[in-house]
Amino acid sequence: MIVKKTRLLQLLVTILVIGFNTLVFGQKTNNSPGVVSGNVSIMVQQYNTDEDIGAVAPPQKIAMNAFSNILYRNGKFYFGLRIESYNPSLLGYPAGFNGTGIGYLFGTFATDQLSVTAGTFYEQFGSGMILRTYEDNNLGIDNSIVGIRVKYNAGKGVYLKGVYGTQRLRFDSKIITGPGIVRGFDAEWQINDAFPVLASNKFKYIVGGSFVSKFQDDKSPDLILPENVGSGAGRFSLYGKSMSFYSEYVYKINDPSADNKYIYKNGESLLFNLNFFGKGFGLALAAKSTDNMSFRSDRNESLTYLLINYNPALTQTNTYVLISTLYPYGTNILGEIAYQADVDYKFARNTALGGKYGTKIRGNFSISLAPKRHFLNDLETNRIGYTTKLFSSSDSLFYSEVNIEIAKKFTKKFKAKLNYYHITFNADANLVTQAHGMIYTNSGVFEGLIKFNRKNSLRFEFQALFTKQDRGNWTAFVAEYTISPHWFFVLIDQYNIGNPVQDDRIHYLYGSVGYIRKATRISIAYGRQREGIFCVGGVCRQVPASNGFNLTLTSSF
Amino acid sequence: MKSLEMKKTFALITLLFFVSTSFFGQEKKNNLPNVQLKTLDGQNINTSEIYNDGKPIVISFWATWCSPCKRELNNINDVYPDWVDETGVKVIAISIDDSRQVYKVAPYVSGQDWEFEVLLDTNGDFKRAMNVNNVPFTFLLDGNGKVVYEHNNYAEGDEDELFELIQKLIQ
Repeated sequence: MIVKKTRLLQLLVTILVIGFNTLVFGQKTNNSPGVVSGNVSIMVQQYNTDEDIGAVAPPQKIAMNAFSNILYRNGKFYFGLRIESYNPSLLGYPAGFNGTGIGYLFGTFATDQLSVTAGTFYEQFGSGMILRTYEDNNLGIDNSIVGIRVKYNAGKGVYLKGVYGTQRLRFDSKIITGPGIVRGFDAEWQINDAFPVLASNKFKYIVGGSFVSKFQDDKSPDLILPENVGSGAGRFSLYGKSMSFYSEYVYKINDPSADNKYIYKNGESLLFNLNFFGKGFGLALAAKSTDNMSFRSDRNESLTYLLINYNPALTQTNTYVLISTLYPYGTNILGEIAYQADVDYKFARNTALGGKYGTKIRGNFSISLAPKRHFLNDLETNRIGYTTKLFSSSDSLFYSEVNIEIAKKFTKKFKAKLNYYHITFNADANLVTQAHGMIYTNSGVFEGLIKFNRKNSLRFEFQALFTKQDRGNWTAFVAEYTISPHWFFVLIDQYNIGNPVQDDRIHYLYGSVGYIRKATRISIAYGRQREGIFCVGGVCRQVPASNGFNLTLTSSF
Repeated sequence: MKSLEMKKTFALITLLFFVSTSFFGQEKKNNLPNVQLKTLDGQNINTSEIYNDGKPIVISFWATWCSPCKRELNNINDVYPDWVDETGVKVIAISIDDSRQVYKVAPYVSGQDWEFEVLLDTNGDFKRAMNVNNVPFTFLLDGNGKVVYEHNNYAEGDEDELFELIQKLIQ
């Protein structure tokens, strides 16, 4: 009888305690119907044929890229999907984006310790040299993994991740995945969190390691291809008050592919970053050597398709239109040796060089070289191809750049920037122009900003690029008038003033008007565009070469 | 017998209290999606920890290759001490630089002498969770960590409008 009573009491207490806790703590997380959010992006381009700039209108005359993300979260549960639509996709966009449908779909259960995702997802291990899946709708890249991901925070500074799935290859009203399977595991240990004595140490130490393998059937009639290709990476970083260091090494076993012409050589990459910083000062140094590290979940693919890893160029991402779009460097996927240095310095306020508001200078230097390779001439026997060593460079230059920027605020109403660039570009290694050999360029940019009053401002750029090679000298003029917080008006003229062919001294004139209200931005533009990264009215995106009207709408909710 | 049952009941109450508080009771500091970011010194931080003691927060997405973003953050930096004195607001700049340039963020921030916190969203996880299309994209959170304003773009003077909204929040 007593026992029964206590059981009743226990039951009552159970209900009361859970009820109390639900009421007091659970209101926000448990009783709410959850949060729906999302965004939408629509870009419509109308095309005219413009023989002067080599723009040919497609038969449809109009193209559209559009997508909308819809996310739902309720406490520890997240769901999301993206509807994509390409009817047809914009000119210059990579092939493989067609029709309307769902291009991204996932469900996640996540606490601070554990996160499990099923569906499509984006992931990066370390610096991405071994694995990085990401999307960039401006560039037309989406190599998401379709499968399962588990992340676990094991405590004591240990973070574990595992991924398993196939990769998005293209979109044809739905996701079409590639033929290979990707399996990956990553562990990171933030050592200071593990030992109380290190908690207040001046330096923070982090080590990490990854293993990634892919599986693909061998259907080759004449080669015996490895069906499982494994790759391992180790990394170490150190962070202090005024310096930091990062290094990562990746090794991949033999992986015959279309990229390396089906040789059986291993691949490796080694990266170093060393930074120093203090108040008003920053120095970033980087060195990277990669060899035969094209890693795809389909050995027969090329371009940006089905890449498992990420090997970006070790050069500055430039933004001025002539500098960023005429001779941009992409990485060399077969291998390169690259070095880069960046320095930032601010002359303080009220000093001789600083003046009233301070003066900022930036410098950047980068160089990318072809590796020194010893060719084995064994394509009929072992097919190793060549031997090379990390950081053993030849004197064959892919790209080099030196640039300096001085930025100064003169008064409350006027500030200006002066830039100089010297770029050497190997046109045979970077196939972005019809020219051959080395292209040497010197460029100057003057940018000014006049703030007439609280809401009205005018920003202008004068750019000039000088070269004796390729299409000769260029000038560019940009004027951007903004009325905060709603309006912008932009006029851009690029002029190939020094083209050796008189008839090709062409103006690329482009005008744009935009309206912004909170998270919604709409713009209409008309004119000629060259391929490259354009920053208009405060937003940067990749655009293809074209002539015509452009309508862009982005919004979020 | 009786005291054993009482002990059991007590143990059960204690257990239930902790289990159910741990399930429901992770007190939310803000109303943001929870994503893991990195600090400039390589430590992991969950966006659920973004908090300013009941005062407003500005979250601004930017990148080292985005000129308007840098203009916005430099202009905010010029007036940041006044903003903090007057409203207690906290600005957090989220860099979406990928591994091509992310290592340059800390030296750049020092070189520009920015005084606010900078976090790294190297693979765009937080950017996606916040539905950010393009940078610059700026959010204003009230004292409860709820988004009350967002703005995509930057024009000179936008920071004045943002500050007016911050001032309204603390009234």
